[in-house]
Amino acid sequence: MIKPGINKNKFSISSSRAAYVFLAPALSAIFVFFFIPVIAAFLISFTDFDIYALGDISTVRWIGFSNYLKLFDDPLFWQALKNTFYFVIVTGPISIAVSLTAALLLNSKLVKYKAIFRLSYFIPVVTTLVAVAIVWRFIYHPKFGIMNYLLSMIAINPIDWLGDPVWAMPAIMLMSVWKNFGYNMIIFIAGLQNIPEDLYEAASIEGASAWQKFRHITLPMLAPTTLFISIITMIGYFQLFAEPYVMTQGGPLNKTLSIVQYMYQEGFRWWNMGYSASIAFVLFFIIFLGTLIQFKLQKSEKT
Amino acid sequence: MKIIKNTVKVFLCAILLFSLSCSNKNERDTTIKFWAMGTEAEYVTRLVPEFERRNPGIKVEVQQIPWTAAQEKLITAFASDNTPDACQLGNTWVPQFAYLNGIVSLDKFISNSSIVKKDNYFNGIWDTNVIDSLVYGIPWYVDTRIMFYRSDIFKRAGYDTPPKTWVELYDLAKKIKSLFPNKEKYAIYLPTNEWAPFIIFGLQAGANILKDNNSRGNFSSKEFKTAFEFLIKFHKEKLAPLGISQVTNVYQAFADEYFSMYISGPWNINEFKKWMVGNLSDKWMTAPLPSKDNNYPGVSLAGGASLVIFKNSKHKSETWKFIEYLSESSTQINFFNLVNNLPAVKEAWTDSLISQDIYMKAFYEQFNNVTATPKIPEWEQIAFSKVQQYAELAARGVMSADEALRNLDKDVDIILEKRRWLIGNK
Amino acid sequence: MKIKKILIYIFLGVTSILTLVPFIWMISASFMADGKASVFPPVFWPDEFVFSQYENLFIRLNMARNFLNSLLLSFSVTIISLFFNSMAGFAFAKYRFMGKKKLFNILLSTMIIPSQVTMLPLFLMLKSMGLINTYMAIIIPGLANIFGIFLIRQYVLAIPDSLIEAARIDGATDFQIYRKIILPLAIPILVTLAIFTFLGTWNDFLWPLIALTDDSMYTLPVALANLMGEHTKDPELMMAGSVLTIIPVIIVFLVLQKYYIKGIMMGSVKE
Repeated sequence: MIKPGINKNKFSISSSRAAYVFLAPALSAIFVFFFIPVIAAFLISFTDFDIYALGDISTVRWIGFSNYLKLFDDPLFWQALKNTFYFVIVTGPISIAVSLTAALLLNSKLVKYKAIFRLSYFIPVVTTLVAVAIVWRFIYHPKFGIMNYLLSMIAINPIDWLGDPVWAMPAIMLMSVWKNFGYNMIIFIAGLQNIPEDLYEAASIEGASAWQKFRHITLPMLAPTTLFISIITMIGYFQLFAEPYVMTQGGPLNKTLSIVQYMYQEGFRWWNMGYSASIAFVLFFIIFLGTLIQFKLQKSEKT
Repeated sequence: MKIIKNTVKVFLCAILLFSLSCSNKNERDTTIKFWAMGTEAEYVTRLVPEFERRNPGIKVEVQQIPWTAAQEKLITAFASDNTPDACQLGNTWVPQFAYLNGIVSLDKFISNSSIVKKDNYFNGIWDTNVIDSLVYGIPWYVDTRIMFYRSDIFKRAGYDTPPKTWVELYDLAKKIKSLFPNKEKYAIYLPTNEWAPFIIFGLQAGANILKDNNSRGNFSSKEFKTAFEFLIKFHKEKLAPLGISQVTNVYQAFADEYFSMYISGPWNINEFKKWMVGNLSDKWMTAPLPSKDNNYPGVSLAGGASLVIFKNSKHKSETWKFIEYLSESSTQINFFNLVNNLPAVKEAWTDSLISQDIYMKAFYEQFNNVTATPKIPEWEQIAFSKVQQYAELAARGVMSADEALRNLDKDVDIILEKRRWLIGNK
Repeated sequence: MKIKKILIYIFLGVTSILTLVPFIWMISASFMADGKASVFPPVFWPDEFVFSQYENLFIRLNMARNFLNSLLLSFSVTIISLFFNSMAGFAFAKYRFMGKKKLFNILLSTMIIPSQVTMLPLFLMLKSMGLINTYMAIIIPGLANIFGIFLIRQYVLAIPDSLIEAARIDGATDFQIYRKIILPLAIPILVTLAIFTFLGTWNDFLWPLIALTDDSMYTLPVALANLMGEHTKDPELMMAGSVLTIIPVIIVFLVLQKYYIKGIMMGSVKE
């Protein structure tokens, strides 16, 4: 419908008002239910808000950095830190390596029917973690589990996976790799497909081997993708919770206790909420640091 | 766009249907919400019709919560003002809710009641519900920890009667272990993720678990150390298995002779009966706990659950009626027959049914010597998070008993810091 | 060359099967009677198909209610957040306003804050509003999210300005532009985001564990975890519960995998 004359529409394309209206629902939700809680958590971490406070708020005291200092002295916290780092540092690279391998295989020209393989590798990703952790808990059963059955076929004695302080975390690691590698595999496939064919052709002409092509073309070209994957994988893995909660309750000997699990126990089982908030912030700080370090590493590699 | 429209329609219909389906209550009746755990919840529903028959106009809605999450859920409910009218509360949790001002004291109701009287109950049990001289819960059912044992293996080890002292207990364990020289079998099951035996033996040694008005740990005391080292010895000398994952089914392991003694409560009886069948059925028995010296039976924990009324309940008198009903001797007997939970009311015990059950005798005997754990809100964290942690560390030899107990005290003192401050400021 | 091909196929095939083995065992155990799955060597096909575990789930344990909770919540959060996110994404993509770039960058950078930081205060906040243990407790934190806004903005940027201009000349209001031009053109990304949100809400565990206290309000993952606490001896029942929880997400994924996979790839591309 074209109106004659100057069409002075109330809202023109550069009108900020409409923009604000569109932004309002999402931004106010994020502000009220995300930003404010973050700030509140920060403040609570400087108090001793606990179970007494739930009954009588006047028992709350402002204790400054005491919670953080207490964390420093808390052997259980250090154990949780150690466990989580152990998990991230081992599972991260392995998971990424497996994803890359799968992506390379599925990207290969030799393979037809890619879709089926891609699907079977990816299915674990979408499934509910709790449901899957429960299945794996039984897979790791010392007597009846599939894992020890497979091991027995290559003459290895049964291992008490979830009951052995040495093997419990590796058991969780294996399950995590299985569950997640499909996700990063997809991203790697996209990254691989973005590498121009002629690079490889030129290298072939110069007589480069498959390994040399991989090292000097594929890896460098994948660098941004790899960085992205590393960061999101690291962030995800630091938040380890459901697996130890469902499979080991943090044991044995607290060897699978994760940071988030410790935060949950302190906050929602024992109601030491100030303390729990401080754990959450330490987690945030660690993730922040980890991301920063990865960026810096990537930058220095480029130069 | 059409997809979205249709989806929204379907979704709105679903919400409508759903909300319609859950508002079918008779407006004139008073409804009492009662929360219960585990099997108790399943079976208490069968007792409700009789109560409703006797009290027309009062309806009882039973909700089940699982034991493993019960404490968290209850406190969350309290924290979010979502509490029921009444609930079954493990008696070690009663102090916590009393301190939180979540439950009301029941003295007024008791003084006006002809059914609920202090003398009807075992002393040690009643006492667990008394905090600062006020009664906060009515014992519903009781339990304590006693010994379940393989009588046939005891005989083979030369013990026709169960051990009555610590010395006999240790001697018997060694003898049982030597009956199975080359097999992986043990004498006693003492999992470090069960804090009760550790505390029980400490109490038997005469230890005060906490000191200074329950505001500091006293685990390094001579008495507690004696008991702790005594129990750890069983793990160290391989008289008790270390890991807990091999025993995924305690009852199956018992039937398999994996261990011959287990200190636990009455909830195991039905499962033991299920697994010890056929020619195994007469090969096990219960016995009160041995004592450190010659005062048999040794003290055990006053456990069980109480019935409490929440402060936010709008129907306290009607709820009290339900509590009275559950406390009647006949209801207690009915409940026992359904769940095998031991009645808190002494009169119910003299019913022939209960005193005829051969496994019950040991419990009745033990109830005459039971005592409470420290009645403070922090006890749960101390027992589940700390005692178990250090028991495991000591049993596995990661720390010496001394070191473990010292660290335990250190951790406990930190947990109790707030309590000390509150006491100091009163 | 041919040998290489065969080897690769074998490798792919074997690893595919290994990847799926847990699910095969899970499904078959769910149809076994009590105790039949605890055998050595493990079996992957029930001797006798029984439905008793599923009966138990629905009749004794009332898991249909949990299933409904998960379904309703996943739908609600998906639909509402699609609206909120798409409006914001549209604004960031096609409007000019003060501080737009800064605001967007701030939002992006906060993606690094782990959600666990917010959980305790959010719990206290919702408790004071009386919303703990209600559907709103799950819906509220899911109303909008930065990742969704980012994805939509990315996509909407590519919609030609000329279309919007033309509509303005025709006298359309901003909301009409949003509804009649942007939304229809953005359907692919909306579907993708819908899948992500649906699956994310369905699979969410820690927050529902904290915010829901009644077993009748639990979502499936929380109900399942609770079951685990009580029934550590019964793999068959647990497997049935796992099957019930996983089947819907697998179906949603299989039907819409094209969009899901595309979405993952899109999310990884920086602009």
